Amino acid sequence: MNKPVEFHKCMQLEESWGYDRKTLDYIHNASAHGLYEIRGLGAKRRVPHFDDLVFLGASLSRYALEGYRERCDTRTVLGTRFASKPIELAIPITIAGMSFGALSANVKEALGRAATDMGTSTTTGDGGMTREERQSSKTLIYQCLPSRYGFNPDDVRRADAIEVVIGQGAKPGGGGMLLGQKVNPRVAKMRTLPEGVDQRSACRHPDWTGPDDLTIKIQELREITDWEKPIYVKVGATRTLHDVKLAVHAGADVIVVDGMQGGTAATQTVFIEHVGIPTLAAVRQAVQALEELNMKDTVQLIVSGGIRTGADVAKALAMGADAVAIGQGVLMALGCNHDSYFQNGAQHSAVEDYAALGTAPGYCHHCHTGKCPVGVTTQDAVLEQRLDPAVGARHVRNYLKTLNMELTTIARACGKQDVHHLEREDLVALTVEAAAMAGQPLAGTDWVPGR
Amino acid sequence: MASLMNAMVDTPAIGATFDLATQPLRELNRFLHRDLAGTRAVRVLNPDGAHNIAVGVDAPVDVDIDGHAGYYAGGMNKQAHITIHGNTGPGVGEGMSSGAIHVKGFASVAAGASAHGGLLVIDGDASLRCGISMKGIDIVVGGSVGDYSAFMAQAGTLVICGDAGDGLGDSLYEAVIYVRGSVKSFGADAHEEPMSEADIAALGALLKAAGMSHDPKTFRRVASMRGLYHWNADANQEY
Repeated sequence: MNKPVEFHKCMQLEESWGYDRKTLDYIHNASAHGLYEIRGLGAKRRVPHFDDLVFLGASLSRYALEGYRERCDTRTVLGTRFASKPIELAIPITIAGMSFGALSANVKEALGRAATDMGTSTTTGDGGMTREERQSSKTLIYQCLPSRYGFNPDDVRRADAIEVVIGQGAKPGGGGMLLGQKVNPRVAKMRTLPEGVDQRSACRHPDWTGPDDLTIKIQELREITDWEKPIYVKVGATRTLHDVKLAVHAGADVIVVDGMQGGTAATQTVFIEHVGIPTLAAVRQAVQALEELNMKDTVQLIVSGGIRTGADVAKALAMGADAVAIGQGVLMALGCNHDSYFQNGAQHSAVEDYAALGTAPGYCHHCHTGKCPVGVTTQDAVLEQRLDPAVGARHVRNYLKTLNMELTTIARACGKQDVHHLEREDLVALTVEAAAMAGQPLAGTDWVPGR
Repeated sequence: MASLMNAMVDTPAIGATFDLATQPLRELNRFLHRDLAGTRAVRVLNPDGAHNIAVGVDAPVDVDIDGHAGYYAGGMNKQAHITIHGNTGPGVGEGMSSGAIHVKGFASVAAGASAHGGLLVIDGDASLRCGISMKGIDIVVGGSVGDYSAFMAQAGTLVICGDAGDGLGDSLYEAVIYVRGSVKSFGADAHEEPMSEADIAALGALLKAAGMSHDPKTFRRVASMRGLYHWNADANQEY
């Protein structure tokens, strides 16, 4: 007689969707500390993005350009509305505003060198202009932020353009934050703050409120700079349609729209993940605002927030942006989240240093601690040596070069002799959400949700 | 030198006059930035509340504005001595780093905002947020100041010869306030401290520079408790 089949009871563990391990961890942490989490980088959640769009390459109905031989221009001019000295760039890919304080002086220098080599611009941040970045950057955009740390008339005159920052995508409605461990003597002096304070800056400008005041503020900056330098206005993506119209009304030459995937050096996680709209939705609204005001090509649009690849750049341009700005991508090109760093002619593992922060390469968002294992987001005298400006510049240059090659590859495939000729008609969406947000038809249909 | 020709030049090496009733503001500011060439005094007639008069000057020149000025008069000033013979709009002397601005009348909101240095004297009252985010400027107000004055003030001195409104010195850093009259309320982290001999000497010098005759001993010192310098979860956000 055969033995009866034995039924082995397996434990079937069911994880809750609403109270999964991540949520439990959050609740346990909150209950233990009574304190929200602060971290760096941008939103980690999946949101509709440029990945959800694809290009319609040329075929019988369109004529392609020879991918390797025929010319495809990338020259980009920003600030043509009122400024007598507009910004002329060789590529439409710029480096976003990031502060000295959040980043080391070596990193600012590396970014400046790479941008100069590639014929593009770099941008200061909440903390003023460093000597290193001015010297290394041919074209430097000087941010005017609510805190006004280090914002002074000499550097206004030294700048090539002024960017009035209303907000940023990671935290629209919030002010800057730099925890005490990064406020070393030089950072403190530049910001006129005591050393080591937890710097939490204001979310509104000290001397103007609202778009009518901003109009006068922009006039002041123009008068100070004798109407030479372009004035950018940067907004975090929220009510983008209205914000862009108001910025145009206020007299901006260039508008920078930063979506929710944009990075930060330190912000509350709840803010990063739950405030602001995806870049994809923001680009469409910003372009619509410019078109409704008949200001497209008069006022230029820079898009930022999660631009990583040449495809992202191409899609932003096709949707109507004139240029993009990249923050996190260039930090990653410098080694952010890499498992090792290059110093004194050799590669060294950084894994243990990530572990000491309670993280690992690929997962790190600990910019706020100032203990960046690869020496990028730090003010520590030892750690910052892990990023050699010359090495960093080479990596960022390679990254930008790759993006630009990818961009022109796509543009040629779409039959464009100039990357700025990419157009909405070249794009379709892969998901209903992306179709609705971007206002592009779902692939294989002529259906745009809501139209 | 087109703008110089447009200016009604009294004595070329010494003084020039601009009449904003007939000359655009742009001409005045361009002259102040580029064409001074030894001009030591500039008079501005009929300002009529125009915004951005004499902004971004970087030269040791005396500018006299004969009337009321709008927003940002003397904004981002360096070296110049600017006198406004009237009232001013928001942000007078914002971001200035040296030199002096003297408002003979009243000043609107955010006077001396975020300024790094120099001296701002307001004979009359100043409105809300006087000295907001100040970063090293000295401000002397002959009258009273509105609510939230010296908000997040980082460095420098705010002297108030009259009264202060609500929330004086909220989130102060290292700036010091001397107030002679009443304070409606202190902002988060601001409190009164005893006056030292050094305070009396410093205040006396500032009052003298501002042309005010008050006895420094009649003022009180307000400074930061430094309780907000480090983010503290146990504060329960009760600032």
